Amino acid sequence: MTVTNEMGSADAALPQRADVVIVGGGVMGLSTAYQLMRLSKGRLKVVVIERSYLVSGASGRNGGGVRMQWADRQNVELMMRSIDICKGLAQELGINTWFRQGGYLFLARTPQAEAQLERNAELHHHVGAPTRLLSPEAAREIVPQLDVTDVRVATYNPDDAVVFPWAFVWGYAAQAVKRGAVVRTHTSVERIEPEPGGRDGFALHLSTGESIEADTVINATGAWSVGLNRSLGIELPNHPHRHEIMSSEPLKPFLDPLVVDLACGLYFSQSTRGEIVAGVSMPSEGDDADPTEINLGSSMLFLGRLSRALCRVMPIARSLKVLRQWSGPYDVSPDGDAILGRTPGFPNLIQMCGFTGHGFMMAPVVGELVARNLVQGKDHPVLSRWSPGRFDDPSYTGRGETMIIG
Amino acid sequence: MSHRVFVCRCEDVTTHEIEDALDRGLSTVEEIKRYTGLGTGPCQGKECMCTLVGLLVSRGLADADAVQPFTARPPAEAVTFGALAAVPESPPEKGGAS
Repeated sequence: MTVTNEMGSADAALPQRADVVIVGGGVMGLSTAYQLMRLSKGRLKVVVIERSYLVSGASGRNGGGVRMQWADRQNVELMMRSIDICKGLAQELGINTWFRQGGYLFLARTPQAEAQLERNAELHHHVGAPTRLLSPEAAREIVPQLDVTDVRVATYNPDDAVVFPWAFVWGYAAQAVKRGAVVRTHTSVERIEPEPGGRDGFALHLSTGESIEADTVINATGAWSVGLNRSLGIELPNHPHRHEIMSSEPLKPFLDPLVVDLACGLYFSQSTRGEIVAGVSMPSEGDDADPTEINLGSSMLFLGRLSRALCRVMPIARSLKVLRQWSGPYDVSPDGDAILGRTPGFPNLIQMCGFTGHGFMMAPVVGELVARNLVQGKDHPVLSRWSPGRFDDPSYTGRGETMIIG
Repeated sequence: MSHRVFVCRCEDVTTHEIEDALDRGLSTVEEIKRYTGLGTGPCQGKECMCTLVGLLVSRGLADADAVQPFTARPPAEAVTFGALAAVPESPPEKGGAS
């Protein structure tokens, strides 16, 4: 048997120095590693360092939703590009990504939510996203099992999609390694320090006792980013938030779209494997605790709240069984926008965090735009808008994406 | 007749697929679960875990005295949404599986 370590390993040999070290082997870091190798045609020396196994963090724990239905124009456009990338990704990465475009169906029960969906539909039409405003009856034509009592209006975008997240991560890892990136697993970065001697690079000290130098470091550790930043004295306002989720026993395919009930933050979809995957908004208990502690517990409170919300909107769920529940860490940014780009005081430390539960769906496009910036010098509007430095600007008031679910 | 051997009957994971995962450098229970889907179906690993661990031990990839199954996820057995909808809203409990 020849073991190829083609998706990284705990004993992958590290160079003494790399052009780019990406801390965090989640979908964000691996998508970026793959794009850096692809765009540089293998010229860059890129190392990814993952504290555990791949897909151990939020990338392996999320619901796999991929949507272009946002309230903010830039987010709509970004996600149109991300979905476009996803369409060809199975072939590009040579792995079944379980990408299924069944659409997203949003349900509004309040005048405020109704106005939100109407604004979204108008914006999406303007941008060229195929979102349609629907009556409750028309929503039932898409999902006949829905109880639409009290629903005022719905929006449906047939291009929105779900994926099975694990395959995405393996696919990006394998293609990054194939193009020459080093993916080192089961190794954490214990300390990072500016390189001595007036260079703008960094030295990273690892849990294995090794160290590695880098011209550029990318912090793609999501909910774990606070601790890494603090080792350099950097304070950014993102913090981890536990998000619970569950899946049911598998059923024959019957549910095309991912359905969101805006009244309670319920979302549910049917994965290509047949199970119903669902989550619901929960009170943000525990968020004020130490932001370097990640809580991944599961609660009965969640199952109760989720089950009531789901049985209300889709009564046939009453006799369907829950198989498993788990949780993952959202990396919450106070204004709902990611924290992306060069760090104030440390220009060669690139933050790639604060994605507030939407990092997975944004990883294909964000990896591409960051790699284009680093390899080709191309700018992108989000690199200034999502800049980590925005929180230091006294005139910055926050913008607030309003279509954040869960 | 097919010569495929199913290790995980819930998710149709065969010995061939596990060999493939090992060939690609994956070596732990959690990784193989997430690469093949093994143990994520209705039995939640109760049937397939021993077979997988036996394979890992026989290859020298796991220590029989130290190897652990993947994290058990609640509920312990499948429960309907209808029954769970009766769970009262109560103060957040502490603990649970991680």
